[in-house]
Amino acid sequence: MFKKNMAPRRTQQVRAGPSTEQSYVYKVVLLGSTAVGKSSIAFRYVKNDFRESMPTVGCSFFTQLVCLETATIKLEIWDTAGQEKYHSVCRLYYRGANAALLVYDIARKATFARAKLWLRELEKEFLHDEIVIVLVSNKTDLAAQREVTFEEAEEFAKSRSLIYMETSAKSNHHVTEVFMAVAHKLLKQEQQKESALQHQPWKKSRVDLREPSNQTKKCCMN
Amino acid sequence: MAADVHKKKGWEVPNGSLVPTDGQPMERSESPTPGLVQGTEPGAGQEGGMFVHTRSYEDLTSPEDGDVASRSPEEGRGDQADQTSMAHISKDFSELSTQLTGMALDLEEEMRLSQENEMDLSPQTARRDSARSEKEDEDVTMEAWRMHQKHVFVLSEAGKPVYSRYGSEEALSSTMGVMMALVSFLEAEKNAIRSIHADGYKVVFVRRSPLVLVAMARTRQSEQEIAHELLYIYYQILSLVTWTQLNHIFQQKQNYDLRRLLAGSERITDNLLDLMARDPSFLMGAARSLPMAAGLRDTVSTCLQQAKAKSLVFSILLSRNQLVSLVRRKDQFLHPIDLHLLFNLISSSSSFREGEAWTPICLPKFNSSGFFHAHISYLEQDLCLLLVSTDREDFFTISDCKHRFQERLRKRGVSHALLEALRTPFYSVSQVGIPDLRHFIYKSKSSGLFTSPEIEAPYVSEEEKQRLLELYQYLHSRAHNSSRPLKNIYFTGPSENLLAWVTSAFELYMCYSPLGTKAAAVSAVNKLMKWIRREEDRLFILTPQTY
Ligand SMILES: Nc1nc2c(ncn2[C@@H]2O[C@H](COP(=O)(O)OP(=O)(O)OP(=O)(O)O)[C@@H](O)[C@H]2O)c(=O)[nH]1
Ligand SMILES: [Mg+2]
Repeated sequence: MFKKNMAPRRTQQVRAGPSTEQSYVYKVVLLGSTAVGKSSIAFRYVKNDFRESMPTVGCSFFTQLVCLETATIKLEIWDTAGQEKYHSVCRLYYRGANAALLVYDIARKATFARAKLWLRELEKEFLHDEIVIVLVSNKTDLAAQREVTFEEAEEFAKSRSLIYMETSAKSNHHVTEVFMAVAHKLLKQEQQKESALQHQPWKKSRVDLREPSNQTKKCCMN
Repeated sequence: MAADVHKKKGWEVPNGSLVPTDGQPMERSESPTPGLVQGTEPGAGQEGGMFVHTRSYEDLTSPEDGDVASRSPEEGRGDQADQTSMAHISKDFSELSTQLTGMALDLEEEMRLSQENEMDLSPQTARRDSARSEKEDEDVTMEAWRMHQKHVFVLSEAGKPVYSRYGSEEALSSTMGVMMALVSFLEAEKNAIRSIHADGYKVVFVRRSPLVLVAMARTRQSEQEIAHELLYIYYQILSLVTWTQLNHIFQQKQNYDLRRLLAGSERITDNLLDLMARDPSFLMGAARSLPMAAGLRDTVSTCLQQAKAKSLVFSILLSRNQLVSLVRRKDQFLHPIDLHLLFNLISSSSSFREGEAWTPICLPKFNSSGFFHAHISYLEQDLCLLLVSTDREDFFTISDCKHRFQERLRKRGVSHALLEALRTPFYSVSQVGIPDLRHFIYKSKSSGLFTSPEIEAPYVSEEEKQRLLELYQYLHSRAHNSSRPLKNIYFTGPSENLLAWVTSAFELYMCYSPLGTKAAAVSAVNKLMKWIRREEDRLFILTPQTY
C-alpha cells in the first residue's frame, strides 16, 4: 500500500497509494537537549509504555501507522540523540522532515533555550510552510519543579506559529495527541494542496495553530 | 569515506610469532605439535580469518604505539637473572592463589613433543622458588580481592580533566594537576608509556597527544596490561570523536574542555573498564564465538552475506558479546580492538533495544580519521545485528538489508534453530571428559577467535570468578612479558593447578583441580587439544564469508 522509497526524502513530498483511500508517509523528527524525554515520548507513543531509558546513541528510528477517517498515514519517527557530540550529525536526521517536535523539559529552563536554538536551525533549513513544528514541553508530572511557565512557552510558540503542547511521557499525558496533531495537520495541508491543484488557483487557507486538542482523534477507533 | 586502511590478505600477514619487539628473540622450536603451524591449529578458518592479525597487546604496546619505558625494580630488567624473575612469579602466584607450591616446567620436554629443549626455566630453579613461595605464603582473603581497585583518569595535555572512573572529574581537578606535573616531568618523548611503583600501587601513564591517560592500579597486572587497558580507553574516545576531530579541536584551543563533547559517554567508558575486568576477550585480543552447529552457522552467514548493499563493509551478528557471524568486504579486515569497541558500545546501552539505531561510529584501528555509520538493531532478545556502512545517507538501504536478512532466515527455516543456539551460549567443561579439568581458554591465532567453557564450580561467586580471570591475566602477562616471555608455565597450588602454553599458532590456558598430578595435566593437554580439534567447527567460525 505504501510506495517504499529507500532513500531518505529530501522534500516533504508524500506519495499517494493506489487505492481510493489515500496513504501517506511522513517523516517526523524529535529534537532537543539530552534527557528531556524524546525517547520516552517516542516509546510511549509506539509501545505505550514508559521505562527508564538511556541516552540515545546517534538516532533511533521507529515507524507507526495512523489510521484516520480519510487516509492512512505512516509516520517515520527519527528520535535523535540530544548529546552535544551528535549535534553535527543531527542535520542528517532532520533533513527532509515533514514535522519536527522540539522537546524540552519544563523543569530545566536551559532546555527551553536549547529548543529555541533548534528552532533557529530549522528555520534556516526549511521554509515556513515546509515543516510542521510542535513545541513539546515534557515532564508535566514534575509540576513542582517547573521552571518554564505554560504562558511563557505558549506565548513563544504563538509568536513563531508553532503548535504548542504539554506532555508527560511518564504519566501518559498528551503524548499520542502530539503525534495525532501532527498527522492531522500534515493531512490537512496535503488535502488543501490537492484541492488547490484540482479546483482553484492556490489560495492559502487559515490554519488554526493553537487548538490541537480538537484535532486529536484516537487512531483506528472505529 | 574510504575504508582502505587494512588491505591485507589473510595469509600475507607475517604474524603470529611471539617474538617480542623489544625483548630478546626467543628461539622458536619447530611447531610443538606436528602440523600446528599457524593456520592449521584447531579453530583456524579455512579461507583466512576475519580480523587483522595481531599479537594481542604486543600489537598495542609495540614501538609504534609507545613503549614500556620504565619497569619496576622487582619486575626485573630484561637482562636480570631468571631466578629473580621466577621468584617474583612464584610470589605473585602465591598471592593470587592463596597458598601455592609453584612449579614452572618445560612442558614440551614433558610431552616429548619436541626434541630440542629451549625452555627458559630450569626445573630446579623453579622448584626452589616454589619452596620459597610456600614460606612467603600470604593468606589472601576474599575481602582482599574485593579491595582491588583501579582508578583511571583521562586528561588533556593542558591538564583539563576529561574522564575519571570514580568520583567527579571536578573534585579531582587538583589531582589532575599533580598528575599533569608528573607527566611533564616524566615526559621524554610523546606516546611513551611510563609507570611509577609506590606503596602497592602501580601508576601507569600513557600519553597519546592531545590526551594523557593515567591508571592507578592495585591489581597485579603488568604495566603492559594496564597500558593496554588505557589504550582501549583512548580508542574508545576516538570511536566517538575520531582522531582527526580530536586533534583539530585541540589545535584550535589547547585548553578545550573535552567533557562537553563527551558528556553522556562516561557510561560507555565505565562499561569498557568493567568489561575488561571480567571478559577475557580483551585479554586474549580475540573474539569469542558463540558455539553452534557448523551447518546452522553457515546458513546464517550465507543469509547475512546475501543481504548485502554497496556501502556495507561489515555485517556482524552477535549475542551478548559473542560472535555468531561476521561477513566482511572482500579485502577489508576488522581489527579485534574495533570489534571490542563495538561490542562495548552495544552492551553499554539499552537504547538499542527499541527501534533501529543509526549512528556515526569511528573504528579507530581501521580508520581513525572518519566515521562509519552503524545500523544497530535487536532481532531477538539476545540477538543483535550490526551493519557497518560507509554511507551515512544509506539508512533505508541498510535497514532493508536487515529485513532481507530476517526474511532469508525465515525462508531457510533456520530462525528457530538459531534461537535454540542462543539459548545455550556456553558449554560445560565436562563435555571434554577430563575429570580434573575445571576451565580453559583456547585461542586460535590465525582466526583471532577463542573458545572457553562456562565458568563452573568452584568458581561460583563473583569473587571467585574474578580471581580465576586474574589468574589467567597473570599467566598471560608472564607468557607475554616483553623482556622475558615464557612459552610454558605450569603451577600447582592448593586451590588449582594452572598451565599456560603459548605457541605461534595458539594460546592455551588451563585450570585444573589441585589434586591432579602433573603427568595427568600434561596428558590432559593432548586430550583437550584433540577435543577442540574434534569440536572446532562448532566452537569456531571456520568458513567466514565475504560479500
Ligand atoms: N518525570 C518524568 N521523567 C521523564 C519523562 N520523560 C522522560 N523522563 C525521564 O527523563 C530521562 C531522560 O529521558 P530520555 O527519554 O532518555 O531523554 P532523551 O531526550 O531521549 O535523551 P537523549 O537520548 O540523550 O537525547 C529518563 O530518566 C526518563 O525516565 C516524564 O514525562 N516525566
Ligand atoms: Mg533519547
